[in-house]
Amino acid sequence: MIARLAIILVSFAFACNVLAGGTGDLGIVIERASGSVQVLNTTSNSSLGRVEGLGDLSHASAVYSRDQRYAYVFGRDGGLSKIDIIEQKLVKRVMQSGNSIGGAISQDGSLVAVSNYQPGGVKVFDAGTLELVADIPATYGDKPGMRSKVIGLVDAPGQRFVFSLWDAGEIWIADMSDHHKSGNQESDDQGSGNPPVISKFKNIGTNPYDALITPDGRYYIAGLFGEDGMAMLDLWHPERGVARILDGYGKGEQKLPVYKMPHLEGWAVAGGYAFVPAIGRHEVLVIDMNTWKQHGRIKVHGQPVFVMSRPDGRHVWVNFAVPDNDTLQVIDTETMELVKSLKPGKGVLHMEFEPRGEQVWASVRDENRIAVFDTDSFEQLVSIPAVKPSGIFFTSRAHRTGL
Amino acid sequence: MKKSSSITLSVTCALICELMTGMVWAGSIQEAELNNLLVQDCGSCHGLTMRGGLGPALLPETLSGKPDELLVATILEGRPGTAMPPWKQLLDHDDATWMVRRLKGGLKGDLKRGLQ
Repeated sequence: MIARLAIILVSFAFACNVLAGGTGDLGIVIERASGSVQVLNTTSNSSLGRVEGLGDLSHASAVYSRDQRYAYVFGRDGGLSKIDIIEQKLVKRVMQSGNSIGGAISQDGSLVAVSNYQPGGVKVFDAGTLELVADIPATYGDKPGMRSKVIGLVDAPGQRFVFSLWDAGEIWIADMSDHHKSGNQESDDQGSGNPPVISKFKNIGTNPYDALITPDGRYYIAGLFGEDGMAMLDLWHPERGVARILDGYGKGEQKLPVYKMPHLEGWAVAGGYAFVPAIGRHEVLVIDMNTWKQHGRIKVHGQPVFVMSRPDGRHVWVNFAVPDNDTLQVIDTETMELVKSLKPGKGVLHMEFEPRGEQVWASVRDENRIAVFDTDSFEQLVSIPAVKPSGIFFTSRAHRTGL
Repeated sequence: MKKSSSITLSVTCALICELMTGMVWAGSIQEAELNNLLVQDCGSCHGLTMRGGLGPALLPETLSGKPDELLVATILEGRPGTAMPPWKQLLDHDDATWMVRRLKGGLKGDLKRGLQ
């Protein structure tokens, strides 16, 4: 009896201890090949532990619940995992497709959407239970059954999800705002709730490879792999359709082979300018956000993969595709010049700024570590061991549209 | 029963592959480095387990009908009009041949090695 009481007391004390801390300074790093994540603390600059059993996490990403307690991890193998980062355990995992690429959480935090390659489309889940609430096949073309790979899925204000169809060259908006309203239609495989209202924008350009949404949630912009330019949709005025911006940048120039698709997720906006990776060129493009015209091109070390703004917008950090992925470069957004080049080691796959930007965490895949840099002095502060680390995601993303 | 025979088969394939690659191997990049590139960088598009992603699956069963030279040429020259880039600036013919044979034999062992 006493022993049992002691166990209860100990577990109670443990639970209190675990729950005592907040989660605002935590995050996760994807260990891409071992199917695990580590929980990170950005105050103590340390790893708190590891959660395993998440499947194939090559090209995995994560979003957070609005209370910053749960991370939803989207795996390449179609697995959607919900992780409790306080208790460091896997809460639930569903295999929702054969092959997926990323996801988003709705404005109100109640829905999690996943974009899939195979079968191509978007599935929407209840964020609490991970039960399927909507299935949106990305059908296109004249032949029945043709489905496109879906990329660039983001959340947008008004309980909407926006995404692009790689094979079809289309942008779709799925409006979920009626989902919770009454008058539910019962359906066998999609649970209850009104179905999403889909708006389709066709002929937006060849092979959109990724997309982003501006921090205010107004502009959705897809990068095009198949042509020079980007496709922009004003979500305040979807009736105006998709506009082409940066049309024909670098026209007539020979493109270099693209060894890795760039990412557009980290929308780097600073001083009225946006910084995006050029496709097939060793350049970062600068867009004037007032005119949506090209303002300049900055020569960099290799082909940019992530171009990310420090939260204060003063600097933009860039990493690169193989064979130049041992390098990080920093651009001053005022002078548009490189101010620093760092060589953390081979396989710098991703970086994530701390919420207010004083430090940046970079995964160095081939050295099996995360390097933490001071963003002012560029000194490395800490190196944290991690197995083939890739994406790093801090809980501060919970309150940012599009992340 | 079916499972154990497929394991036996893949082990046999892996062994044959080892022997074959031992014979043809004369690449320009160190084997471990090449293996890492195959798993991690090819895996960026084709999936770490080669079950496909933006690029198609590169599993033994999807490659078996295709001649080695065609696949080697695809690696070196890329596929114009698709996202597959030409790798000839980074890889030579022997490197690509080694990769094709690895892929046709299945990547189980390589994946583990790539993770070490």
